[in-house]
Amino acid sequence: MTGSIGKSVSRLDGYEKTMGHARYTGEIFLPNMAYLAIVGATISSGMIKTIDRSAALDADGVIAILAHDNLPQIPGQPQLLPSLVGAPAPGQSFFPLQDDEIHYYGQPIAIVVADSYERAQYAAWLVDASFDQTPSITTIEQGRELAYVPERLFGGLMPAQDARGDVEAALASADVVVDGTFHMAANHHNALEAPTTTAVWDEDRLTLYDATMGVRATQLTVAHLLGLSLSKIRVVSNFVGGSFGSRAMIWPHVTLAALAAREVGRPVRLALTRPQAFSATGQREEQEHRLTLGATRTGRLTAIRHEKLSVTSHFDDWAEPATGVSSQIYDLENFAGAHRLIRGNTMTPTFTRGPGESVAAFVLESCMDELAHEVGIDPVELRLMNHGLKNPRGNPWSSDGLPECLRRGAELFGWDKRNPAPRSQRDGDWLIGHGVAAAGYPVALFMPEQHARARIYGDGSAVIEAGTPEFGTGVGTMMTQVAADALALPLEAVSYKLGDSDLPNITAAVGSAGSMMVSAAVHEAANDLRRQVMALAVSDEQSPLHGADLSSVDVKDGRLTLRDTQDVGESYSDLLSRNRRTYAEAVGRWRPPPLDTPRGLLTFGAQFAEVAADPDLGLVRVRRMVGVFAPGRVLNPKLAR
Amino acid sequence: MPYINVGKENTSPIDIHYHDATKVERRPTGAHVALRVNGTERLVDLEPRTSLLDALREHLELTGSKKGCDQGTCGACTVWVDGRRVLACLTLAVACEGHEVTTIEGVGVDGEPHPMQRAFVEHDAFQCGYCTPGQIMSAIALIEEGNASTDEAIAEFMSGNICRCAAYPNIRAAIREVRDAAA
Repeated sequence: MTGSIGKSVSRLDGYEKTMGHARYTGEIFLPNMAYLAIVGATISSGMIKTIDRSAALDADGVIAILAHDNLPQIPGQPQLLPSLVGAPAPGQSFFPLQDDEIHYYGQPIAIVVADSYERAQYAAWLVDASFDQTPSITTIEQGRELAYVPERLFGGLMPAQDARGDVEAALASADVVVDGTFHMAANHHNALEAPTTTAVWDEDRLTLYDATMGVRATQLTVAHLLGLSLSKIRVVSNFVGGSFGSRAMIWPHVTLAALAAREVGRPVRLALTRPQAFSATGQREEQEHRLTLGATRTGRLTAIRHEKLSVTSHFDDWAEPATGVSSQIYDLENFAGAHRLIRGNTMTPTFTRGPGESVAAFVLESCMDELAHEVGIDPVELRLMNHGLKNPRGNPWSSDGLPECLRRGAELFGWDKRNPAPRSQRDGDWLIGHGVAAAGYPVALFMPEQHARARIYGDGSAVIEAGTPEFGTGVGTMMTQVAADALALPLEAVSYKLGDSDLPNITAAVGSAGSMMVSAAVHEAANDLRRQVMALAVSDEQSPLHGADLSSVDVKDGRLTLRDTQDVGESYSDLLSRNRRTYAEAVGRWRPPPLDTPRGLLTFGAQFAEVAADPDLGLVRVRRMVGVFAPGRVLNPKLAR
Repeated sequence: MPYINVGKENTSPIDIHYHDATKVERRPTGAHVALRVNGTERLVDLEPRTSLLDALREHLELTGSKKGCDQGTCGACTVWVDGRRVLACLTLAVACEGHEVTTIEGVGVDGEPHPMQRAFVEHDAFQCGYCTPGQIMSAIALIEEGNASTDEAIAEFMSGNICRCAAYPNIRAAIREVRDAAA
């Protein structure tokens, strides 16, 4: 082991990015490539009356204009499931351009294909559509009366309600009750690279260059929508310009690019415009939370009731789960959580960075702050005294960093210098406040088996391969560090390959699970390869390690040696070339622990902030923040920060 | 519909096709445009409406300059024209004839990156990397403009470059390092 794990290594693709050489999806050039432009609905509910294509077809360079009346129907709509499941992952159970009905603003109603970007955009503007508009609902206020409690959420993976104990009785008998209602506007991800796909067919084989969080998710979803064998579709995604959840699911534009490329018989590029990015990849739903907590006079929590009301689409019961932290992070007997939905004329909502729980934790922690004030207990202390050693099922935490995060954060922030009296601190016109929040995020383990391949060549160089894209996490650097560690190679001797569905299976790197699952698969692959090469050495009569007990063999400084006698040994390249092996390779497999694993699974942290507010103008400024996290083993501190 | 009424004889260099007697559609047609990019003269066949950004990316395959918003908001397309930073998405390519355009590809050469490119890597001043070329083009210009003297000045004069991954503290650290090394 070289100890390359945990080192602050600069990104290995850093110069590709800073020199401008990194090629993102919209920067792939193919011979004879055409450009697509999407025409979106300008109403949010109703029917298309007419689509007048005449002026657009007359414009220079236009190759085709595709709409529901001349585009083949898709053979099948896959079920909506989070991409981490490893199945087809459409962002919504609705695919546009199948009929003349409009469900949301911006819904694609036509695709213009032209021979240049400018000409496609211009012709899209010439397409003249008319509509019969019907009343629509797009906000909570418009639909409040129509709210319902769905049976299940999240593609059916979780119940919409969750309860233990008797919340109503506990709240009725509580010494102190804090009740808060919070309203949050919808959020759009707006990754800096807009949604982009480049598609090319070779006979019946499709290659997609797609800006995605999961090449496998794109492959599975598009194959299902087009009725295509998985063996006929390859998805490539090397560099992705951010995601923030917008590419966690596979949205219709990806498949539309493939459909259009097939129709016109040319490679095509579809790069959505910035305005279209607001109606192409879902959104964090507009939501309202009501949280009620009950406690004793001494600040012990006895009950939490947490209700979320949000807008979903007409196709899916979807809300970001919001009670994973409020139901678990504090030790209390009585809890009731509920998600209620309003059907609206929007896309199906989707993951947005810090999915669900980050917004919900703000609600919980704001109420905790009120409680601290009410019972006269320091907010840090209040959290420490209510945090339990086990989760509500009675399972101990797999690791519990919350107390340490709170204490360390308080120290770094200078919490002891805080004046707890509200409105007690001023800086000129500004009121100054100091606050703390506990942070938690549930660990999702419902991904399938993850694979990676490690290969070492006869010259002693190694390559680690996994089918995951790089969208900012530094995954290639991390893969290299983990593989180099297991093979005792310097980082320079290991290269990585990623972002291709032809490579071993990695599920979409979503839900803060990417580093965990990719590094686990890489670790398994490199360990398997090391054992394989060691076994080759001890069975090779010409090796200095011949006949040695496998358990006594080690790798160090790029050599196979005896653990106790390190001058006995040989290099990888001597061993492989003598055995006429071009390379040795291993596919590592990592299975997540079972879903009923007897551990509480939350990642913990703590946030401290100094906020200034101007009471006359309503301006708010965050002046200082300290975040302390217990994320487990940090693979690369430079990248983690 | 993009019709304009022309009340007098057309003297525009843009080709105009008459659809009917009352309405005129302007149809831009291609023209050879001589662009000097990163020290090399390039002759490109461009429609007059083509932005400098699309000319660079789609016609010259210089994809280091990024398209984030295409409306002058995000700064990912920042390049230099005659040494001044401009937003390539709001600049017409034809307007750059006779001027010197510099993109991220012209700032450093392989094996010899610009100190700012090196500082961005060392300070991990990016994640996804999509805003990075624009950040670097602004950052280098910032120091030359004399607008990097304080953290407040850096924040103000880099405010046209959005980093959605929020690597701002590391971007600031990279700029400080290059500024101080040059001093």
